[in-house]
Amino acid sequence: MSDSVTNLVQLAALAPLLALVGSIINGLFGRSLKEPLPGIIASTVVGAAFVLALVAFFAYPADALGVRVHLGSFLSAGDLSLDLGFMIDQLSLVMTLIITGIGFLIHVYSIGYMHGDAGYSRFFAQLNLFVAAMLVLVLADSFPLMFIGWEGVGVCSYLLISFWYTQKENADAGRKAFIVNRVGDVGFLLAMFLTFKVFGSLDIQTVTAAAPAIMFGSVALTGIGLLYLVAAAGKSAQVPLQVWLPDAMAGPTPVSALIHAATMVTAGVYLIARIGPIYAQAPGAAATVAWVGVLTALIAAFCAFAQTDIKRILAYSTISQVGFMIAAVGAGAYWVGIFHLLTHAFFKALLFLSSGSVIHAMGGEQDVRRMGGIGARMKITGTAALIGTLAIAGVPFLSGFFSKDAILGHELSSNLLAGRGSEVLFALLLITAIATAFYMFRWYYLVFAGEPRHERAVAEKIHETPSVMSVPLVVLAIGSVLVGYLGLPAVIGRNIIEEWLEPVIGSAPFTHLSSSSEWLLIIASIAAVAIGLGAGYWVYVVNKGKLAERLGSGALGTLSRNGLGFDAVNRALLTKPAESVADGLSVLDREVLDRAVVASAAPVDLLGKLATAWQSGQVRMYAMAMLAGAVVLAVLVAALEVLS
Amino acid sequence: MVATEYYVALSAVLFGLGAVGFITRRSAILMFLSVELMLNAANLAMIAYARQWTTAGGSQALQGQGAVFIILAVAAAEVAVGLGILVAIFRNRASTDVDLLSEVRA
Repeated sequence: MSDSVTNLVQLAALAPLLALVGSIINGLFGRSLKEPLPGIIASTVVGAAFVLALVAFFAYPADALGVRVHLGSFLSAGDLSLDLGFMIDQLSLVMTLIITGIGFLIHVYSIGYMHGDAGYSRFFAQLNLFVAAMLVLVLADSFPLMFIGWEGVGVCSYLLISFWYTQKENADAGRKAFIVNRVGDVGFLLAMFLTFKVFGSLDIQTVTAAAPAIMFGSVALTGIGLLYLVAAAGKSAQVPLQVWLPDAMAGPTPVSALIHAATMVTAGVYLIARIGPIYAQAPGAAATVAWVGVLTALIAAFCAFAQTDIKRILAYSTISQVGFMIAAVGAGAYWVGIFHLLTHAFFKALLFLSSGSVIHAMGGEQDVRRMGGIGARMKITGTAALIGTLAIAGVPFLSGFFSKDAILGHELSSNLLAGRGSEVLFALLLITAIATAFYMFRWYYLVFAGEPRHERAVAEKIHETPSVMSVPLVVLAIGSVLVGYLGLPAVIGRNIIEEWLEPVIGSAPFTHLSSSSEWLLIIASIAAVAIGLGAGYWVYVVNKGKLAERLGSGALGTLSRNGLGFDAVNRALLTKPAESVADGLSVLDREVLDRAVVASAAPVDLLGKLATAWQSGQVRMYAMAMLAGAVVLAVLVAALEVLS
Repeated sequence: MVATEYYVALSAVLFGLGAVGFITRRSAILMFLSVELMLNAANLAMIAYARQWTTAGGSQALQGQGAVFIILAVAAAEVAVGLGILVAIFRNRASTDVDLLSEVRA
């Protein structure tokens, strides 16, 4: 690679710095800037970062194995020497483009969405800081630097979920997200320790290059794989750590779109894809990853059925879709996971932003039971949401179809999963795909179609959003249609994204599918969409939701609404015992320790009382005491004289 | 020559009067007078002993007289400060009764 090309590629390393600068400007001086200015600064830096990433992307030779940017030495102790640096390769470039590209659109949208908010500049400072941290996460060339980004996005997520912190629910939601993420972070730390023990290095490229030389299926690799899975499950809201994401919807909607749909929650997928060679050597860990992903996808899809909050439905949908990605990387199909990550980033950001537009237009209303018929009043938003809905459901010719089809196919043909339930996984994912189409139909129909169920006064105020909000929707809608064509199935055409990612992440071995089985697969996924959408049409249009109402008020509906009771289980298993222990300790503290300390003060108190009795404030009393003392001394001295 | 014992006895009587006066009087001015009386009783005792030392040809004869001068100087300074405080108190309360000055007791 020539020097000039390398220099161009290295420009991508400036992207996080730009976002950081934007964050500092808005954080320090934002308060004194007039309203749209903080938003414009924030959008500009992210836009510039996107341009840099584009330049690097086009300069990057397709067969190169990555360009490193050395940032400096972090620490060295004994065998461990740690350099901080960025690794710009095919995978991190794709991620950088997603983060800055989608991030830019969401920043622009936020200029309109956050209009008039008291925390306007604070919002943009934190959003920029998030972009910087997320870029550090994906560009890092070593686990510790990745961990810095990992924690950085966690902090920003916490800050932005509880952005409107004056309401206790929002602050609680932020804390919940942070605490649940700590569990995953512990997994990441332990995984790093074990990685260093096994490989003697924390450099990602060194580790992944050394992994194939280690015994296939060895305990150490399986352990590392499982620990990184814990990390991924925390950040990517996988079972059983998914409980924080639905509550995270307390944050402003652009935050949900950027952090809790398009970028941060997919960090776990990125992590597993990045260290794919470890999983390729540890089939046990890989199968666990796939199972966690599939179960998460299924459970979250079930939970999405009965939700009534426009954003919570999408939150469960996100958990479910990230489950699809995790299932893909578990099967060893790393490019498929990243491909679904890419398509999902578009259509889920689109869905979130359009629900944000609806919430904005309805003056804060989030309950789908009081919506309906909004598509007629908000044509652009309604159309964009329809495209997003169809894309996520997996309707043919839209992006979600191609990525979901690839996941299903690779689940079935993965050699890593062969004999570990790959058929069951495939069947469960197919059911989930049907469920996805169903609950997304419900979401769209309840919000945008049918009869309005809100009051006339509200209805008259609903109008299309300003163009600063609707244009990003249009761009995302176009993306939701087109990005799928980057990864066409082999029987249809060229798979650009697989070719692009191949040199860095490769993939585990797969049984080659014949063209007839590929066609069968395509027919199966089309059938899944048709069944799901058809069922949705029947339940909500033909049956007018009567069946749904009956089911929703039953036990199943309650189970779905409560997210399958995970919160209750956590409360009973973890929170309650911890509270009991704390209560017990506080009794010990109050009744034993406090009393002992208080009792030890009693003699001092008595002495003090005695001493104060002398301090009468009467000068003549003091003089008397002095005289008496002098007399006693004189008598003593005299007596000693006489005795001697 | 009058014997030293008489001077010392006079000094003790003066000191006792001063001490009793200090304890029994409530007016700050009179308490000052009592303090002066005690100081001068001590001075009297010291020059009486100094004279006895001189007569006996002792070498420390002048130390007693020197101490008296120091005490006189200190007493003068103390009175100057003390009377200043007293004037300030009197301006605030129109009284110099020390029994009333006990607000800061514990």
